[in-house]
Amino acid sequence: MIILRSRAEIEKIKTSCLIVAEVLDRLVEYTKPGITTWELNAISEELAAKKHAQPAFKGYHGYPFALCTSVNEEVVHGMPYKHRRLKEGDIVSLDFGVLYDGYYGDGALTAPVGKINEEAARLCQVTEQSLYEGISKAISGNRLSDVSHAIQDYVEKRGYSVVREFVGHGIGQQLHESPQIPNYGPPGRGIRLKPGMVLALEPMINAGGPDVEILEDRWTAVTRDRELSAHFEHTIAITGDGPQILTQREKRFTVEPE
Amino acid sequence: MGDLTDMAKEDSIEVEGTVVETLPNAMFRVELQNGHRILAHISGKMRMHFIRILPGDKVTVELSPYDLNRGRITYRSKS
Repeated sequence: MIILRSRAEIEKIKTSCLIVAEVLDRLVEYTKPGITTWELNAISEELAAKKHAQPAFKGYHGYPFALCTSVNEEVVHGMPYKHRRLKEGDIVSLDFGVLYDGYYGDGALTAPVGKINEEAARLCQVTEQSLYEGISKAISGNRLSDVSHAIQDYVEKRGYSVVREFVGHGIGQQLHESPQIPNYGPPGRGIRLKPGMVLALEPMINAGGPDVEILEDRWTAVTRDRELSAHFEHTIAITGDGPQILTQREKRFTVEPE
Repeated sequence: MGDLTDMAKEDSIEVEGTVVETLPNAMFRVELQNGHRILAHISGKMRMHFIRILPGDKVTVELSPYDLNRGRITYRSKS
């Protein structure tokens, strides 16, 4: 059942989302060659603690960490490791969530580590833009799959593939609420979007094929063909005036000039 | 954090087997292709459609990963 949130509740969710956005922005500053994913996780926890917010993922279905760090061919839910040192040319997806004042926020971005090649940059730009394409369809009166279709269409036209196994989701007083929001599908299906719905849209896009496997640690998902994957996520609220991005960050994906 | 699509959350393992004996309460002993004998019950859907299962029938069984000695018969092939 999809819960419609009042303006006051959306404000609370926005507060959590702003914390997520700030943590992500700060994490990107630390994302340089030489840092380990373990350190990034520790930093994310400190940043959340400073804001008196709880990391939402820690303990969620047994996930032991606050941050998901998915490097290169890792798609999502990459576990931070002490030995995983980021190197020049890597791309790393950072997925973070908080619980603050009873409400959740969830956001993600893929960041470059130092200078990255054109392919990797293009994948990230297209993935991030696909998120905005999806958001542009997230208006009251549209159907849920209009969002899904917009994402799929945008990336497939550019030669990329959409991950099927993982989906976006409603969010509010739980991290994952109804509805599930796939990043693919024909338009015109699913529930009608209404003001008050709060959704986390998160396209996961692959440079190669769409198939994904889970590693031995039971969490880290990687592309079956070991090609690159990118991930961006915003929590948005459907309003009478269109979609409101609650996890708005300072800047969009940028690449260091060569 | 991405949610797992409902289809990806399904945990069961599907196997083929042959019904060896019928037991009370719509339970069956099924011998799987690997030789394992398991205890299976008929699925609600099959029960609803009055599908009969007899010894010798080739069936599809859904095994729970939590107990590999028990299963649910979800399909009877037309032999």
